[in-house]
Amino acid sequence: MIKLKVNGKSRNFDGDPAMPLLWFLRDELTLTGTKFGCGMGLCGACTVHVNGEAARSCTTPMSEASGKSVTTIEGLSAQANHPVQQAWKQCNVAQCGYCQSGQIMQAASLLKVTPKPNDQQIDQAMQGNICRCGTYQRIRSAIKLAAGVKA
Amino acid sequence: MSVLVTRQSRRGFLGQMFSAGTLILGAGPLASSAAQSPQPWMPNVFVGIAPNGLVTIIAHRSEMGTGIRTALPMLLAEELEADWKRVKVEQALGNTKYGSQNTDGSCSIRDFVDVIKESGASARLMLERAAAAKWGVPAGEVEARNHEVVHTKSGKKAGFGELVALAAKQPVPKKEELKFKPASAYRYVGKDVPIIDQDDIVAGKGTFGMDARVPGMVYASIERSPVYGGVLKSFDDAAAKQVKGVEGTVVIEGFKPPHNFQALGGVAVIANSTWAAMQGRKKLKVEWDSGKNATFDSAAFKKSLQTTARAPQKVVRNVGNVDAAFSSAAKTIEAEYYVPMLSHAPMEPPVAVADFKDGKVTCWCPTQNPQAVQETVGAALGIKKEDVICHVTLLGGGFGRKSKPDYVAEAALISKKLGKPVKVVWSREDDIRFDFYHTVAAMYMKAGVDQQGKPTAWLQRSVFPSISSTFDASSEYGFDVELGMGLVDTPWAIPNQRAENGPAKNHVRIGWMRAVANIYHAFGVHSFIDELAASAGRDRVEYLLATIGADRKIDFEAEGTKFWNNGQPLDKFPFDTARLRRVIQLAAEKSGWANYKPTKGRALGIAAHRSFLTYVAAVVEVEVDDKGVVRIPRVDLAIDAGQIIHPDRVKAQFEGAAVFGTSIAMMGEITAADGRIQQSNFHNYPVARMNESPMITNVHIVPSNAAHSGVGEPGVPPIAPAITNAIFAATGKRIRELPIKKTKLV
Repeated sequence: MIKLKVNGKSRNFDGDPAMPLLWFLRDELTLTGTKFGCGMGLCGACTVHVNGEAARSCTTPMSEASGKSVTTIEGLSAQANHPVQQAWKQCNVAQCGYCQSGQIMQAASLLKVTPKPNDQQIDQAMQGNICRCGTYQRIRSAIKLAAGVKA
Repeated sequence: MSVLVTRQSRRGFLGQMFSAGTLILGAGPLASSAAQSPQPWMPNVFVGIAPNGLVTIIAHRSEMGTGIRTALPMLLAEELEADWKRVKVEQALGNTKYGSQNTDGSCSIRDFVDVIKESGASARLMLERAAAAKWGVPAGEVEARNHEVVHTKSGKKAGFGELVALAAKQPVPKKEELKFKPASAYRYVGKDVPIIDQDDIVAGKGTFGMDARVPGMVYASIERSPVYGGVLKSFDDAAAKQVKGVEGTVVIEGFKPPHNFQALGGVAVIANSTWAAMQGRKKLKVEWDSGKNATFDSAAFKKSLQTTARAPQKVVRNVGNVDAAFSSAAKTIEAEYYVPMLSHAPMEPPVAVADFKDGKVTCWCPTQNPQAVQETVGAALGIKKEDVICHVTLLGGGFGRKSKPDYVAEAALISKKLGKPVKVVWSREDDIRFDFYHTVAAMYMKAGVDQQGKPTAWLQRSVFPSISSTFDASSEYGFDVELGMGLVDTPWAIPNQRAENGPAKNHVRIGWMRAVANIYHAFGVHSFIDELAASAGRDRVEYLLATIGADRKIDFEAEGTKFWNNGQPLDKFPFDTARLRRVIQLAAEKSGWANYKPTKGRALGIAAHRSFLTYVAAVVEVEVDDKGVVRIPRVDLAIDAGQIIHPDRVKAQFEGAAVFGTSIAMMGEITAADGRIQQSNFHNYPVARMNESPMITNVHIVPSNAAHSGVGEPGVPPIAPAITNAIFAATGKRIRELPIKKTKLV
């Protein structure tokens, strides 16, 4: 039996320990804000926080999530009002929106470690998250807005 | 468009509008008249008004990121004079009563702006007339203002909700009676209203196809023939069935040509979770008879396309006498261009849920075309299309891929066989390997120029497997739509011009991807004009404008050219070279073209293209470092798309197009060997990431009173040639084959 915390709640899992955390979140807990994009950790749509750090849930087996604390987009803030989420709204970042949970989780993780990132640091942190609609420019602006650094 | 604004049957409207369990469910049997019970009044198929004042507006087009689910309802609310805060938007089911729902071709605003305005204005007039009748005052003394009707003399007011019962008794106004708001009175149009799904998206609560779920649902992952048209010979699912959670397998019959949007066929592994289905599929042992496409090889195919392009082909435009002009030219210049196959790769791979029950099937899917879902699924299951109920979720990107509902047919076929709801989930590998690919294309160009380098003759030939092979397996030539995207409609004032199209067979499914044939035609045409400018030693903007020549509306009919023009008449949407000139001048001005000083490895490039009835000029700045790595510090896009409803979403579409175009230019390439697609995921089919995308894209919108034209696609075509033209200016390397990553720049 694998035990873990998801958005503060204790959860158990007794299935295939090789199953990625992504499918536990989506299929079992119906936390569908975390998206499936590639299954290989290449696109970042599935990004969650594991023990506070950004992780690709599509390549994190349940065995590795055991005993850890997982935060998904649904648990990032009480009222979807994390500074990053607010900035995302202010900049009208989303187009189709599919990748944005992962982008927001990645950006929140960046700002935790690097509260005032420069362009290079933003590139470095965000290049693992693909947006096929091409919202990168607004993602960059929103990160700067949330960080309170000059655009 | 011929959607009439008429009184809607209550049953039809309610059955659909409130199917998701909103305010009316459980309210008891439907009354025959709104006057008799407190229920929503539906003046037409696009809007309902409840006695409590809640206005429900139907979004009948699919939301894949363009903002259309916001823009059209907002336009209706504007004409209705409704308060946007008291408006709820409901997504339509597939139904022909809305007219076309095929969200494709950058035409949602263009085709529905009038219908939607009429729907709002008609309901408003009925409310106003109801209030006038109620108060016994002349209709001219009342007007709707922000969700209520006001008697201007007395100041009396009545909310929309209070007027519903009376309004429902008003005759539906004739079109001539409708009065539209002047632009100066707009409260939402032209203002940047956030998209209605923004809060949900940011909270992770938006419902995409991938998130659809119904009770009792099982999951399916499908093994398909790795070669297009391959037939299932045998399979062994013993090991697959040993995987925990796997319930069994289902065979889906192969398609019969032409493939249209049919399911490809294959073996589906059914399981109680997505993961178990995917794991079970890995254990399948399947043998295919690969058939005639097993020898398809991209390298050999490229050579055959190029050989075809070097010889005379079918003439699709002929002005003057190109051959005579070549003979008398001071110099002739030739070049060949090549663009590979590409995959749409929307972030959400194809996915669908279907539930077959009692001869009907209900589908939940991210589709650009719910009516095509009805037709395709109906045909696959042998049921009437009306018995296919299609719920449209949010789309995690579409780009044309999700116009083709083969994946929904798969889910419906499996559900029918199993007798329970099924969710078919495509992996990214499935998405890349079984796409309807943007086609490969080879182009050959030749120009004759005079002593000053001015072109006197222009020949262009393009050869590509056609999208029409989707619908006619024998098709080998491009059809009007493809030819009308940059092949027959060059804007040059060159007296001698000829365009030709050569034959090519399809060996995979060919589909339309964002900007379609404009992608390769624009790359060839706008690279070649840049080559001529360079050869003449002239400024490229000046040369471009000179070659476009005097302002005029190109008279294709007079020259005997069949030009598709996006299916629109040339009198309403002329090919107006003045508008093309203006966007070029604006992009040049905003980018600082005239005073820009190129440095080693850093320069500007320009390309301008009309597509989807919209004029776009792109100036791109590139920086090529000493390792040959290309960066794009800045893109300036000047656009004239006619009138604009939602400027912020228009800008967003063009910002996105710059990134999409960067992917095409820099890195996109799909190839086949032994009939099998060689790419599978983002490691070998890369798309532009943040650090590879333009750092800044400025979108400059030309204020225009012209008819609304396309926005979703026309930003894409000029990007790749503007990038390669900039690389030439920066490094002297002319890139004639995409993607750029295949060329060593240092």
